Amino acid sequence: MTTTHLTLPQAIGRPVRPPRVTSASGQIALRALRKYVRTPSLCVMAVVQSAMFLFSFRYVFGGAIHVGTTSYVDFLVPSYVATIVLFTGGGVAVAVAEDKTAGFTDRLLSLPVSRSALVLGRTIADSLTNVWSILTTAAFGFAFGFRLPGSWEDGLAAFGLCVGYAVVFTVVFVVMGLFAPNAQAAQGMSLIAFVFAFISSAYVPATSMPGWLQPFSKYQPITPMVDAVRSLLTGGSSDVGLALAWSVLLVVVFTPVAVLRYRRA
Amino acid sequence: MSTETSPSAPPLLQARGLTVQFGKVTALDRLELTAPAGRVLAILGPNGAGKTTFVRTVATLVRPANGELLVYGRDVVRDPGSVRREIGLAGQFAAVEPTMTGRENLEMTARLFGHGRAAARRAAAAVIDRLSLAEVADRRAGTYSGGQRRRLDLGASLVGGPRLLLLDEPTTGLDPVSRREVWDAVRTLAAGGTDILLTTHYLDEADELADEVVVIDHGRVVAAGPPGELKAGIGRDVIELSVADPAMVGAAGQILERVTLNVARLEPGGRHASVPAPGGLPELSAVIAALRDASIAVDEIGLRRPTLDEAFLALTGEAARIPVAVPDTTGGNRTYRSAR
Repeated sequence: MTTTHLTLPQAIGRPVRPPRVTSASGQIALRALRKYVRTPSLCVMAVVQSAMFLFSFRYVFGGAIHVGTTSYVDFLVPSYVATIVLFTGGGVAVAVAEDKTAGFTDRLLSLPVSRSALVLGRTIADSLTNVWSILTTAAFGFAFGFRLPGSWEDGLAAFGLCVGYAVVFTVVFVVMGLFAPNAQAAQGMSLIAFVFAFISSAYVPATSMPGWLQPFSKYQPITPMVDAVRSLLTGGSSDVGLALAWSVLLVVVFTPVAVLRYRRA
Repeated sequence: MSTETSPSAPPLLQARGLTVQFGKVTALDRLELTAPAGRVLAILGPNGAGKTTFVRTVATLVRPANGELLVYGRDVVRDPGSVRREIGLAGQFAAVEPTMTGRENLEMTARLFGHGRAAARRAAAAVIDRLSLAEVADRRAGTYSGGQRRRLDLGASLVGGPRLLLLDEPTTGLDPVSRREVWDAVRTLAAGGTDILLTTHYLDEADELADEVVVIDHGRVVAAGPPGELKAGIGRDVIELSVADPAMVGAAGQILERVTLNVARLEPGGRHASVPAPGGLPELSAVIAALRDASIAVDEIGLRRPTLDEAFLALTGEAARIPVAVPDTTGGNRTYRSAR
């Protein structure tokens, strides 16, 4: 194959053109997925962590939380699945920041790869890992006693919406990782997601919060997003429009920020 | 290496007034540099001199605030895409994915250079063969030794068949054996026609590898030329002594200066004195004789190679205190000039 009288550049040859966006983002995604799958502390811990939180909410705090006529597990599990990425997605920000400090991003940026391929590849891979999180979380939800209130089709629609959210949150965490100076800072920054997750209608009815806190809960994106999942589960679609609008807005705002940040990284 | 380049061929690098700023810090300050193609070019300088920034600017990772930088005639700001197609970058950290095997890393990078699947496989195999990675190629990079990882990283920067290889401190932190392996790889590549731009702290590394050395400090070029020429300026021996009685250090310093015609450095309030001694051993004997004549008791005296610090000092800010010896080619007395 390689003969020693050829110099290395002769043996290798030079690519005729830079890679297409599709193939480049595929390679970026493949590498991020390999890293995730081959690092047990990433793929297993995400599952363990989400199961532990769900267990605590369901069996520890749940008894003290009253949500009206439905049982707490039926109130909790849909919104827990919808928002689990806010907890596990910090890992995305950390991975992005690590790539930067480890010089991996420099290598990528020195290659003739379009900057949108870097964001696209990263987003595809981490969306998939986050879908893995919500899949396993949903499975734990059923194991801990959750039952679909409506049809399987409604359940699938609600799950589909959760997958969409996973993509949205991924983009946000990628941006956080790009702006964080290092992995620890990325971990810290991702805690801000907790604020949005907790001060929402995800784990308790928003009406149970003090009056001064309720406006924040009402007008931040997470509340309409989880409300939409709940309404889809019961066959309704009342809040879906607002939730989708928020999702689109977040992606439209954060994606260009990520691409620009890669351009200037 | 091909030293013949047609006169019309654009130079490897051309920097005019190149200025890079990070906030208020000026990392490159109106840097001027022209380097012909077909060379191994070493950028030498102390920490914080701007070496890494310069390489990152060539690699299109840093955008200059002012001035112009052309790589093979292509502007890094206006046409970064075509610059990226000419270069391969191996940074200070081995930028390989530890959970992937060496081969997987190489094939991925080859695809990102633009190779198709089959070409990427061939490129990875060629690099594995040439950089003696065959035994570890199918093990995860996380299990590699430091030297193996560095070679893999070097290989990853080569799978696109770049015309210019950028190496930022390629041997920092490596043991002597791995260091030599990297040097051999660089020499082989250079002989095969790849241009190389490397940064280093180490004078010997520049000496071993480079056809041309550029010394930078505070973001500016302070000296440039073939290693031999530069060494004549900065590779001087140093006489160092410590006197028994601290009160005599001044007198000892005067003797050092009288013999070597250089400015001595005295440890304030201490017993140590040193002076550049381009004349080497004869000057040392003369100093010892003069000290004996003056009855100055000395605990220790010796001749040593200058440290890199001293070399940089000689070429940079401390020029007024430490003149640089310039061999006088016209014959006659040795002359000195202050380095700029």
